[in-house]
Amino acid sequence: MSQNKILKIEKELLDEFELFGDDWEAKYNYIIELGKTLPAMPNQYKTDDYLIKGCQSRVWLKADKENNLLHFMADSDALIPKGIIALLLKLVNHQSADEILNYDFGIINKIGLQQHLSPTRANGLVSMINSIKQYAKAQ
Amino acid sequence: MNENIQKIREQFPFIVQHPQSIYFDNAATTQKPIEVLQSIQNYYKNINANIHRGVHKWSILATEAYEAARKTVAQFINAQDPTEIIFTSGTTHSVNLLADCLFNTYFQSGDEIVLSIAEHHSNILPWQNRANKFGVHLKYATLNHLYQVDVNHLKSLVTEKTKLIAITYVSNTLGTINEVKEIIQFAHQHNIPVLVDAAQSIAHLKTDVQQLNTDFLVFSGHKMYAPTGVGVLYAQKKYHSYLYPLSSGGGAIIDVDLHKTEFADVPLRLEAGTPNIEAVIGLADAIHFINKNGGIHQFYLLEEHLKNYLYQRLFELQDQLDIYTTLQSPSVSVISFNVKNQHPFDVGTLLNNYGIAVRTGHHCTQPLMKHLKIQGTVRVSLAAYNTIEEIDRFIQALHKTIKMLL
Ligand SMILES: Cc1ncc(COP(=O)(O)O)c(C=O)c1O
Repeated sequence: MSQNKILKIEKELLDEFELFGDDWEAKYNYIIELGKTLPAMPNQYKTDDYLIKGCQSRVWLKADKENNLLHFMADSDALIPKGIIALLLKLVNHQSADEILNYDFGIINKIGLQQHLSPTRANGLVSMINSIKQYAKAQ
Repeated sequence: MNENIQKIREQFPFIVQHPQSIYFDNAATTQKPIEVLQSIQNYYKNINANIHRGVHKWSILATEAYEAARKTVAQFINAQDPTEIIFTSGTTHSVNLLADCLFNTYFQSGDEIVLSIAEHHSNILPWQNRANKFGVHLKYATLNHLYQVDVNHLKSLVTEKTKLIAITYVSNTLGTINEVKEIIQFAHQHNIPVLVDAAQSIAHLKTDVQQLNTDFLVFSGHKMYAPTGVGVLYAQKKYHSYLYPLSSGGGAIIDVDLHKTEFADVPLRLEAGTPNIEAVIGLADAIHFINKNGGIHQFYLLEEHLKNYLYQRLFELQDQLDIYTTLQSPSVSVISFNVKNQHPFDVGTLLNNYGIAVRTGHHCTQPLMKHLKIQGTVRVSLAAYNTIEEIDRFIQALHKTIKMLL
């Protein structure tokens, strides 16, 4: 059951966030640290072609499809968006297009950061998710 | 807490109801005093009717209140005559309306407009959009070492083709006060009219259009304790013959035939359609509120005290911050900075979690951001209901924020 793969990762992440309780500083620290673990994105890809529109900071996302699996790379010039995209990539990286398109990206609400990371235009969360889905849809 | 600040603070229900929140985004919009909230309610309970055309008593009441507001605004900026006050929906609308008129009646291909690189997009786009179509050229004055518009550079841009200078009184991003009086004097020596964008000065600096001798001046109500949706275009009477907009409609006329129209005088011919009546009346009541509390200069003095303290506390952190002003710069209670090597978005997001509302980003001044070679800033803007204690809490939160991002 392939769909379970993303949900399984989601469950693991939720268990980690559970430990933080209401401590938003701990959650943010986790997200910021997660961003620092993202493999470096070569500068040649940090162009307008890969820029996600609709964020106050710059976020670049690139995906390659191989055997119907999507391999992403991403970067941002701000730490929190970089952490958020890293969190999303933990779920969707190296997964199949079908699995990604079936996933509802409910993680942000579930980790209790919705009031801090509400899908406003400024933080670009919606744009990031849309961009991931676009890559999954593209042939 | 300072007694005078306490007295003002108590009059703002939003502030009273959110004691744990710190609102430092006053340059974007101010909170509203109880007097303005009651004014809006009172209007709908006791007056509501359409203005200028009715013969019934409600329409007459509404019209009287609306025209009384025009007089109040005229007095507030010391205009010679209430007909020099044109109500709009805000600064952006005011500049567009003026541009609409001047491109209709005044500019010719080859003319030049001088602006500054620190203008808000609302004082760039209305000119740029039309200039490109009409063959009019825009020129931009740069900033001096105090982050003010460089008056000498501005003067050097003026030629016999210059037909308008449009300049902001106070930079919304940097808070610096520009030498508009000197610019106006120079412009008039060359017979060039001047538009002053007073959106950011109106709540801090006493505005006297006759003393400034400006030809045009624009501002928004919502940045001076009034409701959103009302603004002003002040236009000196001698320019009224140029004020024929391309866009027009109901209320702006004396007689309409199928193929030609006799227009009303200024201001009515520029106020086509039903205006935001309760906001216009609310603007007058915001002015009453300001006057009752000692006038704009009293607000300025309270804010100066807060600003000086904020500056001192921020400049203590100079090693960790890039601050986009100097201690010598004339300014209002607005300051922009970045935490060194950190994105303003991160700083603003974390400060928000500590309960502090600041603004981050380019503040609708992208040419200025490009000049400073930055993506954006964190902007703190204070009003007279903010306190020293809030500044202390902000500095504490800023320390924690910096630590989290390191
Ligand atoms: C200097 C300046 N000009 C123009 C504007 C536009 O005002 P409004 O959005 O009320 O039309 C602003 C508002 O941020 C401003 O600060």
